[in-house]
Amino acid sequence: MPVLTYRDALNQALREEMRRDDRVFLMGEEVGVYQGAYKVSRGLLEEFGPTRVVDTPITELGFAGIGAGAAMTGLIPVIEFMTWNFALLAIDQIVNSAAKMLYMSGGQVPMPIVFRGPGGAALQLAAQHSQSFEAFYANIPGLKVIAPGTPADAKGLLKSAIRDGNPVVFIEGEMLYNTKGEVPEGEYVVPIGKADVKREGGDVTIVSHAKSVALALKAADELARDGVNAEVVDLRTIRPLDVPAIADSVRKTHRCVVVEESWPFAGVGAQVVDDVQREAFDDLDAPVLRVSGADVPMPYNKHLEKLAKPDVAKVVAACRKVMYLD
Amino acid sequence: MRRLLRDMLLIRRFEERAGEQYALGKIGGFCHLYIGQEAVAVGTMAALRPDDYVMASYREHGQALARGMTARAVMAELFGKVTGCSRGKGGSMHLFDVERRFLGGHGIVGGHIPLATGVAFAIKYRGGDQVSVCFFGEAAVNNGAFHESLNMAALWKVPCIYICENNRYGMGTALERAAAVYDVAARSCSYDMPSETVDGMDVISVRDAVRRAGERARHDGTPTLLEVRTYRFMGHSMSDPIHGHYRTKDEVEQQKARDPLVTFRKELDQAGMLDEEAWQALEAEVADEVEDAVRFADESAEPDPSELTAHVYRDA
Repeated sequence: MPVLTYRDALNQALREEMRRDDRVFLMGEEVGVYQGAYKVSRGLLEEFGPTRVVDTPITELGFAGIGAGAAMTGLIPVIEFMTWNFALLAIDQIVNSAAKMLYMSGGQVPMPIVFRGPGGAALQLAAQHSQSFEAFYANIPGLKVIAPGTPADAKGLLKSAIRDGNPVVFIEGEMLYNTKGEVPEGEYVVPIGKADVKREGGDVTIVSHAKSVALALKAADELARDGVNAEVVDLRTIRPLDVPAIADSVRKTHRCVVVEESWPFAGVGAQVVDDVQREAFDDLDAPVLRVSGADVPMPYNKHLEKLAKPDVAKVVAACRKVMYLD
Repeated sequence: MRRLLRDMLLIRRFEERAGEQYALGKIGGFCHLYIGQEAVAVGTMAALRPDDYVMASYREHGQALARGMTARAVMAELFGKVTGCSRGKGGSMHLFDVERRFLGGHGIVGGHIPLATGVAFAIKYRGGDQVSVCFFGEAAVNNGAFHESLNMAALWKVPCIYICENNRYGMGTALERAAAVYDVAARSCSYDMPSETVDGMDVISVRDAVRRAGERARHDGTPTLLEVRTYRFMGHSMSDPIHGHYRTKDEVEQQKARDPLVTFRKELDQAGMLDEEAWQALEAEVADEVEDAVRFADESAEPDPSELTAHVYRDA
């Protein structure tokens, strides 16, 4: 199976979907001539031309709304935000227009649109460029929220998102673009709303998504040296959340740690804990713990930044705690 | 001509009944009446084709009716009934009818201007010769969504007709108190876009201006900004009195002397196209239609509880 970067896996998904369906177009800042700020759209302008690969001015609200308007007529826009931090300017269109159009029109007006771009912290980009918004968007009925952690999932889920027919918030990992993995060629779709067990284990469940999956896997390796077998569940989709998959794992391990990069208050982890206590209360041998970003705006200083992010040691410590090992 | 007059009269009588039904508690939420502005919606729709697209703000009962949506479907929506044009889930501010390409009623000031621009983008994408028409109030022109949209529409030449209904007040704030430049049409200069200032109390002037804009748009995608000067005879919404803190009774009375419905009726009368008898017949016909709509709305079923969770997502 070919090994691709996360970036090229996304590129492959876009290219294949644009070849398959001429209603699909890509719009955003620097997606065409510049080949994408993170080169996800490399070569697409050359293959599909400027009608379908549309460079925009720096007007997130405007082009997100233009995409949503085009979707109302049945086109399938893929709107690229250079980062999700900038999409805050477009949140009125994502939340007030895209998420509600089908409902408030009594089922008449479709909204087949994908909003995508990188999210999460990179390195020393400071407060305005280091945010994870999965929980923000997952709060909104009408939206689906996807955050893939591997190249194969990135490809398979982006293809599913484009075909879904609903507004999808697709949050890529800024630090994942260069990561590599095996990616099936051609038609490969990953269903929305299905978590994936990335590593099997019987002692503790680590629930994670996006960049935190790699963190969880490293923590699992470390725990294995002490004889602890952690199971790593990759949510892949935040909304709809695959509660059965999480509950199945917790019923097996009886312990659970939820890892995410975003803030703790009302985060994705809070939702997971809510579901776990309801679905698997009698199976739990310890309270569920959460590892998240610190409850602060991201500092620039690299030592402070490190303190603000979840890391392997924090995940290991949480796992040991739920196992009463310390 | 009779059709134009009839449509304006239907909106007037419909809105009067809507106000009355609101007072009776049959209509809830926010309800923004269109009385005084009828010539704008009716004149515009007279210049459009059935395959054109229309989008409006939350003061859109008039546009919906002028576009041909039935008084029954609109009134039932105001009543929140399942027979309403949005199955009772949209209400006064979210009227939709895909068949007539009426793509809403939108509740955030300026928020639908990018959407209408996107519809125009889609027309061009598909190589069509339709136009996308976007109604909004003058208070929206200070909003970023307005400027971002007009810039891209002009840059990409997409066939959008922006119809700014300048009724002078954004809720209770006069345009002069909100805008450094209150010549709305002049704002098109920033985007090298054609514009016109139109008398919104004259249905024919509106129709002709939209026709000219439509020809430009269909020819090569050129968008247009129309500033249509009009006036709302009612308060901003049902909770706002007709006059009070922000405008005087005199001002309202003065504007009412330019009532577009009265003026147009007189013009047709003087041209020998509509005598008193014909007018009375029209009044009776419209009264029946509105009465029927109210009865229909009243007698229609409430949405089934299952509607609560229907249409959040479209099935794959």
